[in-house]
Amino acid sequence: MDFVDYYKILGVDKNATQDDIKKAYRKLARTSHPDLNPNDKGANKKFQQINEANEVLSDPEKRKKYDQHGKDWQHADQFAQANQSRRNSADQQFSYDSGDGDFSDFFESLFGGSRGGNSRQTKFRGQDFNAEFQLSLTDAYTTHKQTLAVNGKNIRITIPAGIENGQVIKLTGHGGSGVNGGPAGDLFITFSIANDTAFKRSGNDLQLNVDLNLYTAVLGGDITIDTLGGKIKLKVKPETQNGTKVKLTGKGFPLYKKEGQFGDLFITYSIKIPVNLTDKERELFTELSRL
Amino acid sequence: MQTEILISADEFCASHHIEISFIKSLQETGLIEMTVTEDAKFIRTQQLNQLEKIVRLYYELDINLEGIETITHLLQRINNMQREIISLKNKLSAYETGE
Repeated sequence: MDFVDYYKILGVDKNATQDDIKKAYRKLARTSHPDLNPNDKGANKKFQQINEANEVLSDPEKRKKYDQHGKDWQHADQFAQANQSRRNSADQQFSYDSGDGDFSDFFESLFGGSRGGNSRQTKFRGQDFNAEFQLSLTDAYTTHKQTLAVNGKNIRITIPAGIENGQVIKLTGHGGSGVNGGPAGDLFITFSIANDTAFKRSGNDLQLNVDLNLYTAVLGGDITIDTLGGKIKLKVKPETQNGTKVKLTGKGFPLYKKEGQFGDLFITYSIKIPVNLTDKERELFTELSRL
Repeated sequence: MQTEILISADEFCASHHIEISFIKSLQETGLIEMTVTEDAKFIRTQQLNQLEKIVRLYYELDINLEGIETITHLLQRINNMQREIISLKNKLSAYETGE
């Protein structure tokens, strides 16, 4: 545990007046306040330091103790004992979490818990967190529950079918802890959807290239294709041309939060010319070409 | 018909120890919208986060309403740009993997 120079953090000298401290605090807080730096963990940490420095230096009693024992905190036994007994007391009213959301060990050793009795402290909302969640296209096709581990906590969320690549879901109150009892920030989860299928997704529509053998293309017939919702049987018209597109209404991707509604599936036929012809096939094709 | 949850502006002000005139000035500048029924003013729950953020900026950081308007606008732009970056990264990744 290192000595924390609160004067240095606020950029004021030891003779600074309360007004100087207030001005310095406000100026620094404006640059690193969590509300103004929603995705910056570094700024949040800096803000906590600034807040802690202000907490001590803006309170004449704490400032006096800090000036008296700050540098010699390791020898300030009387404070340590007093703090220990206070922490052990049954009427302790604040829970202390030694995570990023509260004050430093140094502060604790000198003043006890992070809310050493000053009821007029300003409450600050915790930082918003951003997380990215990888999902396969197959998973995004159905609504399912998922447990995410965020900062050591397991959060169970429901991911609705049809979620878009790059879409963000906000989980209120699952961000960083608030400072001085302020509300927790929010957690923003960005979904990154990896395509694990042969389909191409365009919004709620899907596109699929289907290979068609020459004989089915010429004579027509039935084919079976795999969609994300299961197998479907299709009739191929005789004399189907290469590149022909077929629209299958309602066989595309589910619409986000619109149960039972789906986009369309567009199939493009790619006709495959036979290779490695047998003598008989070659003979028949030659015969056809002479008709 | 969907029921909308509204919070009384008076109650919000009382719990945050702020003047109702402050909320009114936010409404006038377009920073928040309020629902007015007869004599009472109400805040939509969807606006609570934004309103609490404004209260913090105003009272804790001494930023005036003009400054808050500017900050709100810039934060919205940053947010939109971050979303766009994520979307573009995903598209780029799709091209790189030859999908």
